Amino acid sequence: MGLDFSVIPPFYGTLLLGVLWTIAITAASALLSFFGGILLAVIALYAPAIIRLPVRFIAWLFMGTPLLLQLFLIYFGLVQIGIDLPAFVAGVIGLGFHFAVYNSELIQTAMLAVDKGQMEAARTLGLSRRQALVKVVVPQAVRDVLPPIGNNMIALLKDSALVSVIGVSELTLSAQRAIGQTYRAFEFYAAAAVLYYIINLGMEAVIRWFENRNRLYR
Amino acid sequence: MTETKSFVEIRHAQKSYGTLEVLKDISLNVERGQIVAIIGPSGSGKSTLLRAINDLDPLTGGEVWLDGVQVNKNLPHNQYEKHINQMRQDIGMVFQHFNLFPHLSVRDNVTMAPKLLKKISDKEADKLAEEQLDHVGMLERIDYYPAQLSGGQKQRVAIARALAMKPKLMLFDEATSALDPELVEEVNLVMKKLAQEHMTMIIVTHEMDFAASVCDRVLFMDKGVVVEEGPPEQVFKNPTQERTRNFLRKHLEGAK
Ligand SMILES: Nc1ncnc2c1ncn2[C@@H]1O[C@H](COP(=O)(O)OP(=O)(O)O)[C@@H](O)[C@H]1O
Ligand SMILES: [Mg+2]
Repeated sequence: MGLDFSVIPPFYGTLLLGVLWTIAITAASALLSFFGGILLAVIALYAPAIIRLPVRFIAWLFMGTPLLLQLFLIYFGLVQIGIDLPAFVAGVIGLGFHFAVYNSELIQTAMLAVDKGQMEAARTLGLSRRQALVKVVVPQAVRDVLPPIGNNMIALLKDSALVSVIGVSELTLSAQRAIGQTYRAFEFYAAAAVLYYIINLGMEAVIRWFENRNRLYR
Repeated sequence: MTETKSFVEIRHAQKSYGTLEVLKDISLNVERGQIVAIIGPSGSGKSTLLRAINDLDPLTGGEVWLDGVQVNKNLPHNQYEKHINQMRQDIGMVFQHFNLFPHLSVRDNVTMAPKLLKKISDKEADKLAEEQLDHVGMLERIDYYPAQLSGGQKQRVAIARALAMKPKLMLFDEATSALDPELVEEVNLVMKKLAQEHMTMIIVTHEMDFAASVCDRVLFMDKGVVVEEGPPEQVFKNPTQERTRNFLRKHLEGAK
């Protein structure tokens, strides 16, 4: 059996839907990982031990165990204790938190690197510590680590393929379904690879747009 | 509790870092509209004293009063935070390294705190930014970012940022020490303008000529104590203390 790419056109609809789900789950998880990362960083640096330590422990679990296992645990495991999440939501939580932990490591380091005088200047004007964090320290720290956060987001896009295992009809699962009907693994996996690459290019463009918006400040 | 009489009163200020005593029983009164310069060798405690006034470096003993209210009041933590944030709105501070917010435009540097703390509208904020920046001669740079400004321009914006809170008192910690010599004058001019407008100011400085020309009173500090205090003519021309004479002589030699 040679290669025959003419098997693909009948599945354009399936693949397109897969692309849309991949974009949706990546965008939702990226947002969660971004804001979750900020929150985790602030907690790690400023929260009292009673909040900080349990949160650190959970973060450590997300960082030290396979993402695939986390997805299984959130989707199949939580049902047993009465939490029945839709696959999409379970996927966003798993991907989002996993990458929030990585983002928070970056943001923490950047927050510590923000000049001490910034907090002092803000406090001197009468801002509370929380206001100073929100208005002065966090925005600077986040801008400083936009490029590595962008890299994490690209990794997130690629890892979004893992949510196929809990039945989210994203691109990888869509390709698998097409293969199930046609037995044409190479053609559809290749098509999926090309589509991932195109999404990746779009994502890089978005990341570059964010970085350019911050050029003036350097 | 004793009645306060002066606009700013520092009473028996004491500060230790572990066993190192940095401020040793310092008292200072400043009247409304007065300008006081603090001079002295590096490490003598000038910054620590200045930063105790707005509680950036809390004292380990003594009291600070502004306009009849104690700044470093003894209150439970949450109440104290509210109180000190309120007090700090009345105390402007200018730093050696400007500490402008690099992620905000010049306009937003000036209006961020008033918008957040005084709940003024965007329109009022724009007017405030224009007024304050015009005052320091930086209106044309209102939409620039700090990274696009010279040191002297940054410091003038930092002064406008502090003034936008309409403070009762301004503190300057070596505001011109980090500037290239040719940029010092533009900042000094702004400070002189404030002096003419009768802003109450406490100025830590290494510039004796500037101190002599704008200040009502000069304090010479060394090793955490006020060694000598008086009008500039007296402290600079006829110092009574040996340590003051030594410092001024060394300083003159350094300046040559
Ligand atoms: N956070 C700190 N911990 C320990 N010592 C400090 C701290 N801040 C200042 N000091 C010490 O306090 C003394 C006075 O410092 P400072 O007020 O900055 O002096 P000045 O402004 O006159 O140069 C110095 O000996 C300095 O080393
Ligand atoms: Mg100093």
